[in-house]
This record gives sequence, C-alpha cells and structure tokens, in this order.
Amino acid sequence: MYTVPLPRIGADVAWRDAAKRLLGAAVPPEDILWDDDGTASGLFATQTPLPPVTRRIKVPQSFVELANTVVWHNDPQRFARLYTLLWRLRHQPGLMQDRADRDLAKLRQMEKAVHRCKHKMKAFVRFRDLRQGGERRSFAAWFEPTHHTVEPTAPFFARRFADMDWMIATPDVTAQFVDGNLSFHPGQPKPDLPDDATEDLWGTYFCNIFNPARLKVQAMTSEMPKKYWKNLPEAQHIADLIAGAEAKVQEMRDTAPTLPPQRAAAIKRQLDRKPPAKE
Amino acid sequence: MASLSLQNKLAILSDAARYDASCASSGTTRRDSRDGKGLGSTEGSGICHAYAPDGRCISLLKILMTNFCIYDCAYCINRVSSNVTRARFTVDEVVQLTIEFYRRNYIEGLFLSSGIIRSPDYTMEMIVQIAKRLREDEHFRGYIHLKTIPDAAPELIEQAGLYADRLSINVELPTDNSVKAYAPEKNPETIRKAMGDVKSRKDVAKERSYTGKRGKRFAPAGQSTQMIVGADAATDATILGQSTRLYGDYKLKRVYYSAFSPIPDATAKLPLIKPPLVREHRLYQADWLLRFYGFDVDEITSARPDGNLDLEVDPKLAWALQNRHLFPVDVNRASREMLLRVPGFGTRSVGRILSTRRHRTLRYEDLQRLGASLKKARAFITAKDWSPGELTDSADLRARFAPPPEQLSLF
Ligand code: SF4
Repeated sequence: MYTVPLPRIGADVAWRDAAKRLLGAAVPPEDILWDDDGTASGLFATQTPLPPVTRRIKVPQSFVELANTVVWHNDPQRFARLYTLLWRLRHQPGLMQDRADRDLAKLRQMEKAVHRCKHKMKAFVRFRDLRQGGERRSFAAWFEPTHHTVEPTAPFFARRFADMDWMIATPDVTAQFVDGNLSFHPGQPKPDLPDDATEDLWGTYFCNIFNPARLKVQAMTSEMPKKYWKNLPEAQHIADLIAGAEAKVQEMRDTAPTLPPQRAAAIKRQLDRKPPAKE
Repeated sequence: MASLSLQNKLAILSDAARYDASCASSGTTRRDSRDGKGLGSTEGSGICHAYAPDGRCISLLKILMTNFCIYDCAYCINRVSSNVTRARFTVDEVVQLTIEFYRRNYIEGLFLSSGIIRSPDYTMEMIVQIAKRLREDEHFRGYIHLKTIPDAAPELIEQAGLYADRLSINVELPTDNSVKAYAPEKNPETIRKAMGDVKSRKDVAKERSYTGKRGKRFAPAGQSTQMIVGADAATDATILGQSTRLYGDYKLKRVYYSAFSPIPDATAKLPLIKPPLVREHRLYQADWLLRFYGFDVDEITSARPDGNLDLEVDPKLAWALQNRHLFPVDVNRASREMLLRVPGFGTRSVGRILSTRRHRTLRYEDLQRLGASLKKARAFITAKDWSPGELTDSADLRARFAPPPEQLSLF
C-alpha cells in the first residue's frame, strides 16, 4: 500500500510525478491512497517510499490536458479517479475518444466544472486600489473560488496586469505578483482592504447599462450565481434594480411625447442647407 | 449650464448606450503585457465580467462620448428632438474611466459610440483621438470596439481600424425604406459603402506586399452591425434575408438583433411597445442555423405563410416538424449534415457522436452523456436500443413542445 501526500500548492506537479512512478512500477489503483490535504497520512505510521522512475511513459496528450485541469477540482477523489483512468489507458489506448465511457464522462464533467470556475474567477475578481504610492500601482482582491483554481488562473492575471503589483487572497491559496514575479502562499482569512471610490462609478455604470424593459433575472443568475455576489461590489444594486424596473418602464410609457426642444429646429435648418452625407 | 459630475455624466452616457446589443470582446489577436510596459491582454474568447438583471453580459465599458446629436432618428433616445438631459465626456475622462475600470478587472475594454456633434467628421475625429490616446499614451492592450460614423471621411475610418479591434456600423433598420422613414438624415447607400470600405481595408491588411510584409493590423476582430427589430413592419424573412446579404457581401462577424425597446421621451412617430424579446431570441437562433448548421433562409422562414418565425418553438424544431418525412435519423449511420438538423443536437454533440460511434454503437443512454438534449431529439432519431415508433408522425408532436396556451380568465 502506498500513501501519497499531496501539497496544497503545486499539487499538479506532485501528482504527475507520483503517478509516473507508480504506473512505471505497475502499482494498481487499489493499492494507492491519495492523500489530499494530509488527512489520511496520520493513519499510516510508516510511508512506503514511492518507486523510482524506471521508464518513460507515453500517454495521450488529451489525457495530460484533462489531468492538468482535473487536479484542481475540489473532489477528494480526483487523484484516484485520474490514476484509474491512466491505469485503464495502458490497455485501452482509444479510451480517450470514447465520450460515452463512465469514468471518462465523470472526469470530463469535473474538467468542465474547473474550466467554469477558472472562467468565473477571471471574470469576478475585483481589485481595490491600495494607493501605496511608488513606481508601480498596487491592487488587492479577496475571492472565494469553488475549486482550487487560484494556481492555474493566476498566470492569466500576470499576463494581463503586468505593469502593476497585485494580490489575490483566497481561503485556499494566495497569489502574489510583485515586480513581475508571481508567487503562491498559503490561504488566509479575508483581509481588510481600503475603500475604493472607483467602485461607486462602477456601480453607477452597472445600474445604467441595465435596461429595465428587458428584465430577465434568471438569465443573470445562471451566469452570475448568487454565491459570488458577496464579493462583487455591483451586486448590492441588483435588488433595487429589479424592484424598480416596472415602474421605470411605465414611466416611459406614461410620459406623453414632448415637444422637441427649440434648438432642434435650428439644427434641422442647418442640416437641410448642407447635407452631411458625402457621396 | 451647470457642469455635471463625472458620476452624472457616466449615468447619462451609459444609459444612452444600452440600446446597442453588442458587448462581444472575442476573436481578436492574442496580446498580453508580460513585457511590463503596458496594460491588458486579449486571449481569444472574451470574458463577461458581470451580468445585469436584464441577463445581458457586461464585458466592455459601453458608453457614448456624447448624447448630443444633430440627427433625428425616431427610435433613438439621443435624437435632436428629444428632451433627455445631455452630457459630454472629455477625451481624458473616457481614457481614465477605461483604464481605472480595467485595472480593477471590471471590464475587457471599451465600446465607444457617440451622437453626432457638429459634423460626422468632427465626431469621428474625437472617437479616434480617444482610441489613439489609449493605445499610444496608456499602452492599453485590452479590447476596443469603435462605432463608426458612416458619413465620416474614409481616412478617419481607416485610422479607427488601426486602433480598434472591432468596428461596427449599424444598418439600424431592416429595409432601406424604413431607414428613410425613421432615420431621415441617414442614407442606406452610405452605410453600405462604409461597410464595404472597412471590408476592403481588412482585405488589404491581410495581403502581403511584394516584399512579403504584411499590411498593418486592421480591426482584427472584424466588423459587426445591428438591426432594430419590431419598430417597423419588416418580417423575419426580410430581416434574415438582409442578414444573409450582410454576412456575404461584407464578411460581417456578427449581425445583432435588438428588440425595439421603450426609451424615455419617445416620439409620437414610433409608439412604444413591449420589446419583442422572444422574436429577438428566435432571430438569433435562426441566424445561428444559417451560419453553422447549413440551413438557408427559405428553409427556415417558409414554415409559416406570413414569413415570420414560429414564436412557440425554436426554428430548427419548427423545420423538423414540417419535414417529418426525413426522420427518424439513425445516429449510428447518418451524415454530419443530417445530424446537424436533428432538434436537440448542437454542433458539439454532433462532433462527439461522430467520434464516439467509431468505438461503439450508440445507445440512447450514451447520447445523454454526449450532451444532447434528448427531450427534443428522441422523436427524431433511432439508436441501438431506441426507436421513436409512431412518435415521429404523431399528430400531437408539436403540442408536446409548444408552451401550453395561456389560461383564459373571466372578463
Ligand atoms: S445618429 Fe445615432 S445617436 Fe444620433 S439620433 Fe441617429 S441613431 Fe441616435
């Protein structure tokens, strides 16, 4: 029996390294205990060292991609599920194309969940200006992702916000970008971030880009689920916008057409004299 | 006039911009700022940073530079004859708002449009100046979409294309006659010519010169347009016919359909209606079928004699119900073309069916795992352990999909 402890930071590399060794030594899935978060290692006083790397193992590229995503899922079984598929791939090389296989279908589903979580993180992280002076501006955000998506998503923020320093703190892992260097640290409780006046402007924009004549609350919540709202500054306006929508539209209907302002006639005369359309 | 605060201006000029449906930020060149000398990135697919309670994606800071306008388009909140409060951003204000919103990860970039002030050229110049400031002074590498003013000088439109990822020119209404009736200062010919200019500029940018050098990047995310639906009497057949021409002639990336929606201070010429949201939705579905599913306009719009789409069921299902003699289709044998016509099968599930059936004969349950919607598809397919029997030809098949008739109440 092998117990494989996996670290919170760098779990992708650790899992891949262990899986290679174990598969190389033909250790079947049922002889491995993948220990996410160090919860199981206490059960076994002695740990069998992992087998050495013996040979190079070839696996389909599509498996590598799948594994690189699924390792960030929050299902404690993720490492075991991946290894089981890897084990089966030895004798069923075409397995990756079989979209109807149960094991694979489950992993694909998990992959999708992680993709979605990464995507939502790119969308919903909201930075606040720390106003620290200095050459580079500096921002910080608090975020609560569903899966362990900080590590695989941080490079996106590094590519996008390279000329500023930033930190994304989560309960799980904290990503930090300082002077162009990205690093990861253990998670932390929600930090106290300073107020940022630009959030009010953003709220103003959110309220006014909304068209009350097209209220479709469900379409909003399916893409922006409520669990994210507490960390989105604009979400505080949603209730009022929904409550006031009908009255706003009614007001537009009730206002009888008004007379055009005086300047309209003058402008019209000018336009008629000099048609702007060039041929 | 008392000067408005930035907050007030933003309120007025985003309120005025919300009638433009597009908020896309995808399909441009890949860029990033890893060199540390700029701000922003674009990576293929755009990101919706928020959703408003109208269910629409907020990806870009979508604002007007000003809502002053010398034109009098009947459907528009900014027309000269309306009494809405007017405002105007300075170049600097738009640049700062864009950058500060971007740094906080609120947006993918800017979608800038404007009412026409003084002259089309003057307005276009201001728009170009904002884009230029963002790109050259702020080194902004995020997404920029500029609304182009068709009457502006071609040189200005050309400059706009060098800074913008996307250019758009709205055809506004589905027919030339409607444009004449409701947008008297606009000329459909000029609009088409401007779209043609953008297309040829893009073609030139793609070609290599005799030295092998490529032309300068020009609006890499292409051009799009918008049509207002439900303001005039045009049928869906007319609208989709127009879209097909636009996609073909000008290689448009997208045609947006915007349900005519109540505006403050409407004109007596165009009475306010409830925005035809279902119709708008059906048009998008039909548009999709035209572009990715191999349908043509006649097939989609001939189901009903009045030339409009069925509002109760989606256009693909409507077509299948009309053409039942072609079904059921065997999922283990049928061609890609035919699979694409099965209601409930998307391009993705069809791709998966094709790759999976090389390994096994597909059963009903397998299809579920492939992501097909069997509630719709089941009447139109056969699989290893599934045959719809009489279902395909049953008289009440349509009724199974259409929403129940609205309950009548005593009057
Ligand atoms: S030109 Fe544009 S902004 Fe001006 S009234 Fe017409 S549609 Fe509105």
